[in-house]
Amino acid sequence: MNRFSYTKTHTLEEAIHEVIPNDGTKFIAGGTNLIDLMRANIERPDHLIDITHLDLHQIEETEQGGLRLGALAKNSDTAYHELVQKRYPLLAKAILAGASPQLRNMATNGGNLLQRTRCYYFYDTATPCNKRIPGQGCSAIHGYNRIHAILGTSDYCIATHPSDMCVALAALDAIVNVKGREGERTIAFNDFHRLPDDAAHIDSTLRQGELITSIELPAKGFEKHYQYVKVRDRRSYAFALVSVAAALNLDGDSIAEARIALGGVAHKPWRDVEAETFLQGKVAEPENFEKAAEMILKEAKGYKYNMFKIELAKRAIVRALTEARDLQTPEPLNCYTYNRHHQL
Amino acid sequence: MNASNTTNTDTSYIGRPVNRVDGVLKVTGKAQYAGEYNTSGLLHGIVICSPIPRGKITSVSTSDALKVKGVKKVFTHENVKGLPWFDLSYKDMELLPGSPFRPFYSNEILFSQQPVALVVAESLELARYASTLVRIQYETAEFETSLERNLKKGFTPRRGKTGYEKPKSRGKAERALKKADVKVEAAYFHGAEHHNPMEMFSSTVLYENDDKLTIYDKTQGVLNSQSYVTRVFGLKSKNVRVLSPFVGGAFGSGLRPQYQLFMSVLAALDLKQSVRVTLTRQQMFSFGHRPITWQKLELGANKEGRLMGISHTAISETSRFETYTENVVNWSGRLYECENVRLDYQLVPLDVNSPLDMRAPGAATGVLALECAMDELAYALNIDPLELRLKNYTEIDPAMKRAFSSKNLMDCYKQGAEHFGWEKRSYQPRSMKDGKHLIGWGMSSGMWDAMMMPARAKARLTPDGKLTVSSATADIGTGTYTIMTQIAAETLGLPLNDVTFMLGDSSFVFAPFEGGSSTAASVGTAVLYVCQNIKEEVFKLAQKIDGSPFHNTSIEKVVFANGYITSEDDPQQTIAIAEVLQRSGVKFIEEKSTDLKLKNLIKQGKYSRNTHSAVFVEVKVDEDLGMISVTRVVSAVAAGTIINPKTSRSQVLGGVIWGISMALHEDTFLDNNLGRFMNHDLAEYHIPVHADNPEIEVIFVREKDEIINPLGVKGLGEIGIIGVASAVANAVFHATGKRVREFPITLDKVF
Ligand SMILES: Cc1cc2nc3c(=O)[nH]c(=O)nc-3n(C[C@H](O)[C@H](O)[C@H](O)COP(=O)(O)OP(=O)(O)OC[C@H]3O[C@@H](n4cnc5c(N)ncnc54)[C@H](O)[C@@H]3O)c2cc1C
Ligand code: SF4
Repeated sequence: MNRFSYTKTHTLEEAIHEVIPNDGTKFIAGGTNLIDLMRANIERPDHLIDITHLDLHQIEETEQGGLRLGALAKNSDTAYHELVQKRYPLLAKAILAGASPQLRNMATNGGNLLQRTRCYYFYDTATPCNKRIPGQGCSAIHGYNRIHAILGTSDYCIATHPSDMCVALAALDAIVNVKGREGERTIAFNDFHRLPDDAAHIDSTLRQGELITSIELPAKGFEKHYQYVKVRDRRSYAFALVSVAAALNLDGDSIAEARIALGGVAHKPWRDVEAETFLQGKVAEPENFEKAAEMILKEAKGYKYNMFKIELAKRAIVRALTEARDLQTPEPLNCYTYNRHHQL
Repeated sequence: MNASNTTNTDTSYIGRPVNRVDGVLKVTGKAQYAGEYNTSGLLHGIVICSPIPRGKITSVSTSDALKVKGVKKVFTHENVKGLPWFDLSYKDMELLPGSPFRPFYSNEILFSQQPVALVVAESLELARYASTLVRIQYETAEFETSLERNLKKGFTPRRGKTGYEKPKSRGKAERALKKADVKVEAAYFHGAEHHNPMEMFSSTVLYENDDKLTIYDKTQGVLNSQSYVTRVFGLKSKNVRVLSPFVGGAFGSGLRPQYQLFMSVLAALDLKQSVRVTLTRQQMFSFGHRPITWQKLELGANKEGRLMGISHTAISETSRFETYTENVVNWSGRLYECENVRLDYQLVPLDVNSPLDMRAPGAATGVLALECAMDELAYALNIDPLELRLKNYTEIDPAMKRAFSSKNLMDCYKQGAEHFGWEKRSYQPRSMKDGKHLIGWGMSSGMWDAMMMPARAKARLTPDGKLTVSSATADIGTGTYTIMTQIAAETLGLPLNDVTFMLGDSSFVFAPFEGGSSTAASVGTAVLYVCQNIKEEVFKLAQKIDGSPFHNTSIEKVVFANGYITSEDDPQQTIAIAEVLQRSGVKFIEEKSTDLKLKNLIKQGKYSRNTHSAVFVEVKVDEDLGMISVTRVVSAVAAGTIINPKTSRSQVLGGVIWGISMALHEDTFLDNNLGRFMNHDLAEYHIPVHADNPEIEVIFVREKDEIINPLGVKGLGEIGIIGVASAVANAVFHATGKRVREFPITLDKVF
């Protein structure tokens, strides 16, 4: 850990204007990711701005009939919020699939979006990593890459974005509201995270000094037919090898609208509009789900230890879509019912 | 009088599920661990580890670090001088052949994460910050860390560390295997595992004038640490006291002094101040581990399912500087009746740190392969896996051709199967289903040694009726405090609350390190003996006091119970134990069990002494996604007298969970391009979480052993893990029809 200074801010304006536009200043929210990275000497901010006292904790309905999630609302408060449970159960389920209750109690919605990859090499300063130090090389490409990406990778980086919450937000077409010195802007969820290309050290399109103020959900919540399938190595406290957020609007047997987002396979939550369009108007049956899965994975590229993810992702897509279709009256979600759902 | 035949009174504690005597201290945070002792002016050390696996340090620059106010010193090979170079000075009780790692000895790097510098400062934070300012340059040399690539480079160790038994083949296995009606041949592999006890390794060295040290160390043996420190630093034993009253788990990692002990003592002596060094979680992956092991099993049987020949080869890694050995293949010659057994154990030296004993070292590995192969043989023969074990059951130890001191594996099979409902199992793989989940039932046998090591105890009874017993043993969470208190209380017939057992102090009488499941038997016997001595003394006094009812009674005719000595023939004839001391006017009675050699040694030598188990497991496997859950486990254990069913059950539960972990989760991944373990934190080094753990039923079958020791105790630390991973693997086969021979069985291998 390096030396740093620390200020606690109470207003948004204060927070934004304290930021000197260089990489040395960082916001700190729940700290569940940033502090770990500082201790491992990976993030080395010289100044921390504590934003936890800003007035960004609310979860409230928007004029457009959607829901606004404050950037500082805790992951657990979001997942257990009545309106989220009722109208966006897909999001509730995805959040509850992540981390552990203790972490979710600390983690904020804004921080969740900006958590960094769990690539082993990124976390170990003894090894080369382009994401940590551009130009050093990527140890994972020829190393132990079991947890790495199969879609949208580059020769510079094959890391994944680790979030569960973001996979549901991608499927739900959320919008990220941000504010910086130059004013406010909105970023479509799909444009928020980026692919590694040749600049693996940049995870998102957020500009230096910009603060996430909220995440906005559109009115459509797909609360009747949704599923979040998380395939992982143990039943809790493990990141997804592959995860799928699936949401359907059904018109009798056929699909009026489909949303599919994948986690654990790319540098960002992976959406494939082509496959979603393909499903539109089709009968909601495994055969069509399989075809959609094939479309999504057709460009996939595996590495030595993660080849299995390609077939696994296909099966997880079919599973998620099938269960979304078959969903009966869902019960309120909490971490216990969540676990029961996944109890074998 | 033997403890096990005292009449049933309130003070018969042996066999009762007594709560941990240190339980309250632990749950209220009052139990202090090595890294929690404080003193004014305590300095803190942070260790810097090497990023490369082999090569040299070419330069060290500490000037930036030393500029930080509050930084005392940076120790490296450049400024640490005058320590012995002699290997023997660094040897510990594990006695590995070779040359022990000597921190800061030279600029040579022998393994990745080798400690290369210690930064000592006034606070932990300062030390940690300053450690990022130390610049060390390295020159990497060629290295090799892959066992798979070097299986042909194995050598057969001529000798090994403490407890190593060179495997002995017998009969003509090759010929028997050729002639067998049915034969299976399979290779198994598992990666490295790191102990990762909850408590990080830590030593707090309290410095007193004239280089007198009091050291709180995380260790499984205070005397081991003490002797290491005195030899390395040339100190007198009387000036080095090592304490370790509480240990937050160790699992074998505390059998050798870890480098934080060396470092904190080095700094304390150099700076003449008290120093603490605590390792980080990442550094918990920098010392020994369960070695990566490749195994090949060949089993041949006749049509009836009788084993005709067994061949078991194991190839493990060791470091280039020490020969770390385990008894991996030996079990294949001992678990079943078979005339022809070929055993082969080899080691491949690699650029890694020396492996280190981890719970059931050798057996966890060897029995895993043997019991998976037995399952494969059962299917090749088309007979039930349990039936195959029963057909090859042996009453004698076939390797030593001698009887067991006791062996009730039969009841483990029977009761385990019955509680599990094994008879309802459908034989064919993939034949049991529950919705989208395939169900599998698998079983395995387990076997471990029942070791006895020389140990002593000291006891003191005072006129208030309080007994204090002590021994330099350890309680690494196993329940030593509790069971020793039980043994002492029952032997003298005192209420539990009047008995205090003390351990983890090098000033106490000798006990070996707590390892190999030997403590209950070894120290337990010493405690029994010393309390029997006290008892005799008390009785002598009781006979002498005025109006004693026992003038003409012999000690065999009285009972010590509930704090009283009572005549067996006439319960009216009774006197309180405390009163005996009070009326005799003695200040205390003190006894040491002097006999370091074990009584009955010759008699015991005629028998094989082992614990056994049978494990039954149910798994459910998601047919499409491959996710595996263990849903039920029954573990039946034969381990002689169970002194405390509660702490014993906890031991077995821990073992079972670790076995599940070994089967499905645990693997420190070694990147051979970098020669480095990569998943060195608990987020990525997976062990089962609560949600992964099923209902576990533990059965202790009756097993009376009159040979092993007067208590009939065999010890329980390791047997709980052995056979669990194989039972899980066999259940996965039964569920999916897939034999996964590479551990852990992650979902990508079955889906
Ligand atoms: C062991 C472990 C397991 C985990 N498992 C999972 C899992 O399975 N699934 C999952 O999804 N997550 C998992 N997590 C990650 C967890 O969800 C994130 O750490 C958490 O969401 C981050 O939120 P935070 O508020 O603590 O962020 P912080 O650590 O405070 O910040 C993270 C980053 O976001 C920036 N930031 C925070 N808020 C804002 C804002 N409003 N505007 C701009 N920048 C901001 C910070 O500057 C920092 O760079 C796990 C974490 C751990 C430690
Ligand atoms: S995958 Fe990305 S994060 Fe991982 S080592 Fe390569 S560059 Fe670094």
